[in-house]
Amino acid sequence: MVRPPQPFNPVLVLLAAAAALFFVLPLAGLVARTPWASALGILGDPQVQLALRLSLICSLASTALAAVLGVPLAWVLARLRFPGRNLLRGLTTLPMVLPPVVGGVALLLAFGRRGLIGAPIAGATGLSLPFTTPGVIVAESFVAMPFLVITVEAGLRSMDVRFEEAARTLGAGRWTVFRRVTLPMIGPSLAAGAVLAWSRALGEFGATITFAGNFPGTTQTAPLAIYIGLESGQLPSAVILSLMLVVVSLAVLVALRGRYLGDA
Amino acid sequence: MPRRLSVLMSASFGLLLAACGGVAAQPAASSTPQVSGNLTVLAAASLTGAFTKIGDQMHSKYPGLDVKFSFAGSPTLVTQIQQGAPADVFASADQANMQKVVTGGLAMGTPAVFAHNKLEIAVQAGNPKHITSLSDLANPAIKVDVCAPGVPCGTYSTTTFGRAGIRVTPVSQEQDVKSVLTKVGLGEADAGIVYVTDVESAGSQVTGVTIPDDLNTTAEYPIVELKSTQNEAAAKAFVDYVVGAQGQKVLASFGFLSRTAA
Repeated sequence: MVRPPQPFNPVLVLLAAAAALFFVLPLAGLVARTPWASALGILGDPQVQLALRLSLICSLASTALAAVLGVPLAWVLARLRFPGRNLLRGLTTLPMVLPPVVGGVALLLAFGRRGLIGAPIAGATGLSLPFTTPGVIVAESFVAMPFLVITVEAGLRSMDVRFEEAARTLGAGRWTVFRRVTLPMIGPSLAAGAVLAWSRALGEFGATITFAGNFPGTTQTAPLAIYIGLESGQLPSAVILSLMLVVVSLAVLVALRGRYLGDA
Repeated sequence: MPRRLSVLMSASFGLLLAACGGVAAQPAASSTPQVSGNLTVLAAASLTGAFTKIGDQMHSKYPGLDVKFSFAGSPTLVTQIQQGAPADVFASADQANMQKVVTGGLAMGTPAVFAHNKLEIAVQAGNPKHITSLSDLANPAIKVDVCAPGVPCGTYSTTTFGRAGIRVTPVSQEQDVKSVLTKVGLGEADAGIVYVTDVESAGSQVTGVTIPDDLNTTAEYPIVELKSTQNEAAAKAFVDYVVGAQGQKVLASFGFLSRTAA
């Protein structure tokens, strides 16, 4: 078979090069200003380590929360027909386009100590989410879960429901079908959704600082530490932390692209 | 062609204006300089109320002058100035942040102190936790919010806690004093260390608990024209106004102590 010649359009290629530069230059700026000599010392700084560890714990916990609650939500959106389904889908994906600070304020007014349901809970138990590590996990889940939900929902929709029907006719119960047939078949979507949600949670800033506050060790995640570092003139540690987040996110996206999103 | 004509007309009108500006600028050197155009003032968050009012008064005095403010924590503003933000005047809530601008060679002349302020404990309206003194803040059951280290109100709070001999573990460190006020007003924090002027500006949303003078820290507010200014006459006029009688009157009405008070 003879392949047709590659379509070459110099204008498109030039514009594409400009677009690529637009993404590469900021990273180059970051790398150029990285104080490599003091990098190890900065990474050994207890404050920096606290922030990185907290980021890791909270992003993993919020991904787990997003999976436990998000997979059932995706299943409901994909499989059940009910009035208001489109509205529900819109609402669950809203955090993807909402400014995260707005999400943080909304969370505060709902789950805060004087919030809609935060107040009765605080009244009954004395517990409240703001200024706590669970508060960070809630804020991160709020912005990250939609990524998992839409990815899993797409997986559920593209999957052949006849496999589930066949399992049902062979006598499998609802849960058995979900666990043994549905979940394995949407495995790749679930993994992709979880990774996307995790990287979004890792980078979360606005909702976290608004809802959970900023204190080293309890609520100051890496993005918050970067911001505080920049504001207080500690550019070197801010740059090192930024670079760490860039490397991690880039590795995740490249791996994901190759594995699940189909690289040509 | 009417469109080309209008373009031509507006271009020549612009030239005319520019020529007028040039003419007006000549005698300005001898008498009062022309105060008009745009002025961008970067000011500490605690100055929000007072400076907004001063801006309005300046606009009435010089109708051709348009004053814009950016209020934030002083270190945030310093970072913006260092990164080349186009601004004309900087007002800090402490000398440490002002010094960064001066040593960076970004200030024009010597900063002038224009106001002082004191710290106060802001608590939820009606004081439901019955907080009466600084030592109550050492109680781990009381959620205390403060400004982050490096933000003037955070630095002053640390000094005051030291004077009172108490250890306070805050629940959060905010980027500016207004965020502390918000967290207390929303009821998320039980108490916050803010300025006397902030409690006053918050009205009925929070209640203030006075910190005695021997434990309190006096905040000092310096102001300076920035080298990056494109409107030197207006920048100077603004600084003069703030330091002058009218500006001092506005600041006093918002609860600030005068520039000479220590």
